[in-house]
Amino acid sequence: MGTAMDNEAAFARALLDAEAAVPAGIEGREGGGAERRFAVYRNNVHANLVDVLAGRFPVSAKLVGDAFFRAMARIYVAKTPPDSAVLLRYGGGFADFVAGFPPAAPVPYLADVARLEWAWHGAYHAADAEPLPQEALAALVPRAERLALTLHPSLRLVRSNYPLVTIWERAARDGGDEPVRLPAGGEDALVLRPALEVEVRRLPEGGAVFIQALQDGARLPEAAASASAAALAFDLAASLAGLMRSGAVVGTSGSA
Amino acid sequence: MTYQTKTISGVAVVSAFAAALSIVASAAPAAAEDEQEKCYGVAKAGENDCAAGPGTTCAGTSKIDYQGNSWKLVPKGTCETMELPDGRNGSLTALERDLPPA
Repeated sequence: MGTAMDNEAAFARALLDAEAAVPAGIEGREGGGAERRFAVYRNNVHANLVDVLAGRFPVSAKLVGDAFFRAMARIYVAKTPPDSAVLLRYGGGFADFVAGFPPAAPVPYLADVARLEWAWHGAYHAADAEPLPQEALAALVPRAERLALTLHPSLRLVRSNYPLVTIWERAARDGGDEPVRLPAGGEDALVLRPALEVEVRRLPEGGAVFIQALQDGARLPEAAASASAAALAFDLAASLAGLMRSGAVVGTSGSA
Repeated sequence: MTYQTKTISGVAVVSAFAAALSIVASAAPAAAEDEQEKCYGVAKAGENDCAAGPGTTCAGTSKIDYQGNSWKLVPKGTCETMELPDGRNGSLTALERDLPPA
């Protein structure tokens, strides 16, 4: 018999691996039934983690139906057990798993929907920050050309080749079953929680490149240049207005 | 406005920044946080902001739609006039209706 730590590790491994033997030292009442009883425990662990994923990715689940989603989630759980005791962190790799899960291939946008839901979850639990009020923004005008903006810690970008925000909105609302004509082309999503509610917005052309550059610390002229290089239709004033209005700007740097 | 060159002049950035401010100023101001109120009985299952009764910890834990003892923040003044299915209304205090089975 190993140390308590060894036993614990072996127990945890056996819980997550359906093929593993019942760990040493586990016995049923009167010496029998350990196999079956341990299977009950193992099933509860898996089912709970599947529940966590179903709660975290409700729109993805709605799109493919509960049975499909739970079967898919169960495979993910078996492959990717939690690496933290904090279940809030569980599911970060789920979207990538969905992208590479062959049975989900007929719903090619499913992985992006899962990415959007993970971003929503991250924004919900991100740090709070106070958006700059309008007067503070107005005072920045003269230095705008040397400015780098600090964006809200909850801000997330999800870029997609599919009309992601439209798909998400329709499915998140009710029904979602009626046939609809989806807009052509991709949509980039901005996910932000300026106060208590997470907001998901559609970004205009070049908007995601612009915001990504700002997040990477670029100053306004550089960020604007990379956005216009990526999309000719990029409109700097409109993108800035979108950020200001949504409460995404919380500070500045690089103005010296 | 379209930029086709690799560099964008400081003047263009300053004027875009000023234009953005005027776009924001001309739009209707968003409801501020302190202009919200707790509204009971209006949240969909799992979308409450807090208080979903015994056995639940807090936000996102209500069990059923329009659960009477869970609340959601809504813009001030809209709670009691909100129209919900089957003649329900929101309330500024906890309700006895739509509670999960004990």
